[in-house]
Amino acid sequence: MQLETKSLTLGYGHKTVIDALDLQIHEGKISVLIGSNGCGKSTLLRSLARLIKPEDGTVLLDGKQLAQWSTKELAKQLAILPQGPIAPEGLTVRQLVEQGRYPHQGLLTPKSARDEWLINQALEATQLTLHAQRAVDSLSGGQRQRAWIAMALAQDTPILLLDEPTTYLDMTHQIEILDLLFELNRQAGRTIIMVLHDLNLACRYADHIIALRDQRIYAQGKPEEVISAAVVKAVFDLDCEVIRDPLFGTPLVIPYGKRKGYAE
Amino acid sequence: MIVVMAASLALLVCMAGLTLGSTLLSPLEVIAELFGLGDGENAYIVMTLRLPRVLLSFLAGAALGIAGLILQSVIRNPLASPDIIGITNGAAVAATLYTALLMGKWGVAGLPFAAMLGAGTVSLLIYLLSWNKGVTPIRLVLIGIGMAAAAGAVTTMMTVLSPTMVASQAYIWMIGTVYAANYAEVGAMLVVIGVLVPLTLILTRPAHVQELGDDVATSLGDAVQRHRTLFIVISVALAGSAVAYAGTIGFVGLVAPHIARTLIGRSFYLLVPVAGLLGGFLVCAADVIGRTLFLPYDMPAGIFTAAIGAPFFIYLLYRNRNL
Repeated sequence: MQLETKSLTLGYGHKTVIDALDLQIHEGKISVLIGSNGCGKSTLLRSLARLIKPEDGTVLLDGKQLAQWSTKELAKQLAILPQGPIAPEGLTVRQLVEQGRYPHQGLLTPKSARDEWLINQALEATQLTLHAQRAVDSLSGGQRQRAWIAMALAQDTPILLLDEPTTYLDMTHQIEILDLLFELNRQAGRTIIMVLHDLNLACRYADHIIALRDQRIYAQGKPEEVISAAVVKAVFDLDCEVIRDPLFGTPLVIPYGKRKGYAE
Repeated sequence: MIVVMAASLALLVCMAGLTLGSTLLSPLEVIAELFGLGDGENAYIVMTLRLPRVLLSFLAGAALGIAGLILQSVIRNPLASPDIIGITNGAAVAATLYTALLMGKWGVAGLPFAAMLGAGTVSLLIYLLSWNKGVTPIRLVLIGIGMAAAAGAVTTMMTVLSPTMVASQAYIWMIGTVYAANYAEVGAMLVVIGVLVPLTLILTRPAHVQELGDDVATSLGDAVQRHRTLFIVISVALAGSAVAYAGTIGFVGLVAPHIARTLIGRSFYLLVPVAGLLGGFLVCAADVIGRTLFLPYDMPAGIFTAAIGAPFFIYLLYRNRNL
């Protein structure tokens, strides 16, 4: 299913955050939105998930405007994991993952065999089967995030949107989550769109990078094609060196800051 | 199971309500009377005086308990209750107005309708004032608290300005009493509960999914605003009718859901009946205490729900002090 925007304009009150943006999401690929704080990446992501209404322009899924999709039908195609979600006290991992089946159930229909199977699959994919009965708020940061991803997995959607899924995690857990998402994409072909702050991790994991600046797309493409010192300067106003990551071959951004490094 | 225990507690308190009073009856006599096997001597006491009163206090308490549960779920705050959101105060304003201006003309019969109208109007006002492309819990609470304060001020002003007799009548109603209950009122409450409680149970799944936050709920395909509105309407109808027939009995909507949650946990479809049974138990017990402990005086039930509720509320505030 093709997800795209046409001349999308987003704003809050009088402030325009995104202006007349045309964007096509590559199906079956991992796309990462980058940009400086306040550039509209989260806003754009949320509008793709229909959490925000456009001021102008449209978001189209499979050629049909988002506004024309029924909420339940849309929920079967798109899942979004917002930033810093909060689980109610005492909710177990399994109970959280079960909620992922909501769009596939009526108000009174009992759980089906397929529901059970998908829930178990989701728990396995996130390696939480042994922790299924534990309360979500008793888990570590990485485990908690995996639990929320498991819920989105149980929702069984071809497209997964994640708003800064790694922001509050330590490095080990950041890699853990991104590896999981990478697997989900490579093995199951899910389209993944996420907002990431860490430029280097974005380069490592993304198939397609979309850099936002001044309410528009400044550059987009494969990490090797997009990320250069000039682009980083333009998008982030940051002086840097870009080398090739010795482990993965992807661009590695090394920022200067106030000090000039060895040269001083 | 907990539900069975709560149900037995409820039955116990109802039985207590029927046996105790200025004329002490034995349980056997009461049961005989209920099944029409008695000698008619106690028929008046059991069937006309006590039974409707016990039933009404129980049903009103159940309605309040469930209304409180729904609001706490919608507002996602354990301190929410129909009292805070202005329902009870709205009913009080209407009832006081009615007592001061129209009681002479239309009598006591019109009082419940005035109360329900007041509850409905205030709730609608709160909802509209909170609307900004949808209603969020925090806005509901803030506006609700403001409205409750405003309504309270109006009520007090009217009570102060009215002649003493009117004022004391209104005051007694406001404290909450089921004195002179009759079967018509019991019937009305039964209809309200019979319609709204099953409706609430049907909405269990949306209730659960909305606990995850509006964004996640929308992502999962829930019609958040629509369901939220429905929940609020149900809550107002339940609390409004309870207040209409039994006066402003405070704290039940706050206390009953909390105790239910401590016993049951999170399961909404279990919480609804248990909160109802506990709420009914509280009000019925308060009423029984009110009319037996201070004989020959008949104290309004609201005093005792406040007596239990206020310390409980303080305890809750204390427990949540780190928030």
